[in-house]
Amino acid sequence: MKKFICYVLVAILFAGMLPATAFAAMGRSYTYSYNEWGAPIPSPDVYFVSAYILGQHLYFNGENIGAFLSPQDIHVHGNLLYLADSGNHRIIIIEFFEDTTFEVIDIITSVNHNGAQTTFRNPHGIFVSPWYANYGQIWIADTENHRILHMDENWNVLNEILHPGIYGISQLAPDSDFFPTKLAVDFSGRLFVQARAVNRGFMEFDRYGGFAGYMGAPPVEITPWDQIWRFIATQEQRERRLLNVPVEYNNLSIDDEGFIFGTISQVTDELQPVVRLNMMGDDVLIRNGWAYPVGDLWYGQGGDRSGPSMFVAVTALPNGNYVVFDRNRGRLFAYDTQGNLLFVWGGPGPREGFFTMPAALDNMGFTLFALDAGIGANNAALTRFDLTDYGALINKALEMYHRGLYEESYHLWHDVLRINGNFGMAYIGIARALLRQGYYRDAMELFRYQNDNINFGRAFGFYRRIWMEDHFWIFVVVVATLAIVPPTVKKIIKVRREIRES
Amino acid sequence: MTSVRKSFQSEGFKRYIDSLKFALYTCRRPLDGFWDLVHEKRGSLAAAHTIVILFILNQIVYLTQSNFIWINIPLESFSSVFVLINILGSMLLFSLANWCLTTLFDGKGRISDIYMGYAYALVPQLIIRFALTWLSHIVTWDEIMILVVLWRVSDLWFYILILCAMKQIHDYSFGKAVLTTIISLAAMGIMVFIFLMFFAVVSDGVAYFYSLGQEALFRMRRG
Repeated sequence: MKKFICYVLVAILFAGMLPATAFAAMGRSYTYSYNEWGAPIPSPDVYFVSAYILGQHLYFNGENIGAFLSPQDIHVHGNLLYLADSGNHRIIIIEFFEDTTFEVIDIITSVNHNGAQTTFRNPHGIFVSPWYANYGQIWIADTENHRILHMDENWNVLNEILHPGIYGISQLAPDSDFFPTKLAVDFSGRLFVQARAVNRGFMEFDRYGGFAGYMGAPPVEITPWDQIWRFIATQEQRERRLLNVPVEYNNLSIDDEGFIFGTISQVTDELQPVVRLNMMGDDVLIRNGWAYPVGDLWYGQGGDRSGPSMFVAVTALPNGNYVVFDRNRGRLFAYDTQGNLLFVWGGPGPREGFFTMPAALDNMGFTLFALDAGIGANNAALTRFDLTDYGALINKALEMYHRGLYEESYHLWHDVLRINGNFGMAYIGIARALLRQGYYRDAMELFRYQNDNINFGRAFGFYRRIWMEDHFWIFVVVVATLAIVPPTVKKIIKVRREIRES
Repeated sequence: MTSVRKSFQSEGFKRYIDSLKFALYTCRRPLDGFWDLVHEKRGSLAAAHTIVILFILNQIVYLTQSNFIWINIPLESFSSVFVLINILGSMLLFSLANWCLTTLFDGKGRISDIYMGYAYALVPQLIIRFALTWLSHIVTWDEIMILVVLWRVSDLWFYILILCAMKQIHDYSFGKAVLTTIISLAAMGIMVFIFLMFFAVVSDGVAYFYSLGQEALFRMRRG
């Protein structure tokens, strides 16, 4: 980040400005990326739309199921996709086959609760356990019924989790409403819930549904000005001012290793919009990239949209890369495990591959599903993205690269560069392989192309040592000359003087 | 040819060389040096100009030729003219602002003295930045702290020199020198503001009369 700030300062200082055309890349090409100066550059497509699914095109038992109404969440389990069609108070299960065809296999509107049927009201979140201990069990955030339903694989309610305020340790006032929205369950059965108006982090429930506390609250930001104001303000003013409280998370997902990815739709210096929490609630996301994972680095004010990216969903791919979904401009940002931005695609609008109101994101292997809640009727859609050959190549190369197999990734990076000469990580990958093999000069040159000071320094260190060893005679000669010549000259002068004087 | 040789041996040229050499003395003994610079006439404007020109050239070399692990500027957005304006503009503006201020607070220095003091104070930065340019090519990323320290030292040295220069040129106490220097920085800001506002108003005025003329022409043509 320091490096990034340095570059920004330099950019401001040198008011010659980056060419304005550089920023047009964001609008012209569907997929783009940021180069080593942080300027957006067009890129070949990494994901393509392989299915664009509207509710009005789906049939179940020969009947049209009707348009989705403000759907809020999807969850992928095996090759099944569970879609919470919130406005229609139902869960739709879609099965995806190998050949990208799909079929609605079930629609759930009510479930068995102690022998009686109970219905949903505006369910905002669904989770189906992929873990061994509770495989296939289902959790639903039944938002406007103020409860979470925990069900077995046959939709029989095992447990109903209600307002935790009754336990006395909740921040929620006992008479306030409980609006669970998003949830995730870890391998030991602990349940993490994001509820509306809860800003102390995720609510955590044990496997029996008992409230266990909060986890991973975003740090509170107090500026010096706030402190000065608090010092001079009167009691009434202090009370009238808004409380300085942490912001809420808006979504979460759990990755294969059991870490929780959370998103916050607010960007400041202190807060990170994407976090990866361990079981203690500490943020362990690696941020070694050129800039922090915050979405767009430069943003104009065109088309009724302004300000930074607002993340609303995140999903982790099997190789540790993660993709975040930006509600502000309907874009998807893919980052690798080290926090380098790989590529960005998507955009705003009611079209295939574009989004009007991003809501949820999940992955089936490397296949991505993005849910667009839509503005107005008939706009809600589920978009399926599949990797192009180029994307598959990058993933393959990255996998080698992150395992430290630089020599093996060498040829893959060359193939990537043949498709896209602007893909910066490919140069670094090749340079690392060269560094490993001892071609320091070539490695230095490639690192220089990518402004990679640290690796450049490493290659240069080796190069310098070899240079010193090869040219050691220069130092010997210089030192010898310094040691021999001045005393000799002095002596000659002295002898001459003595001769002259005598 | 003889005339050229004669001019190199002339009294004036010797004085110029002496005043250039004196720049190294002011770096080491700022209080003594800056007093002699003005009051003993040991500095010269020609030497000051030389230092400024060298400083500008060196700054351009420093920004473009340093290794990228030390200074990394996208060269397509680099402008030598901007560097020149930046250095020269800030110098002249400071001299003017400081002179305007110190004549009110019974400072002894003339505007050329202030300019000379500023120029002589730039010498350590000139030398250290020249060294940094070439040092940056033989250090790795881990050793970059050495350069950072050198760079900070050059900055600190410059601040000390400029304060000593202000103190001795105007014959002030140290506190007064600090105060007037800070106030003249503020005065520089005000001058820039007025300058920009003046240009904005003038360009608006010109645009007004231009569009008035255009309007008249259009109407005549439609006639």
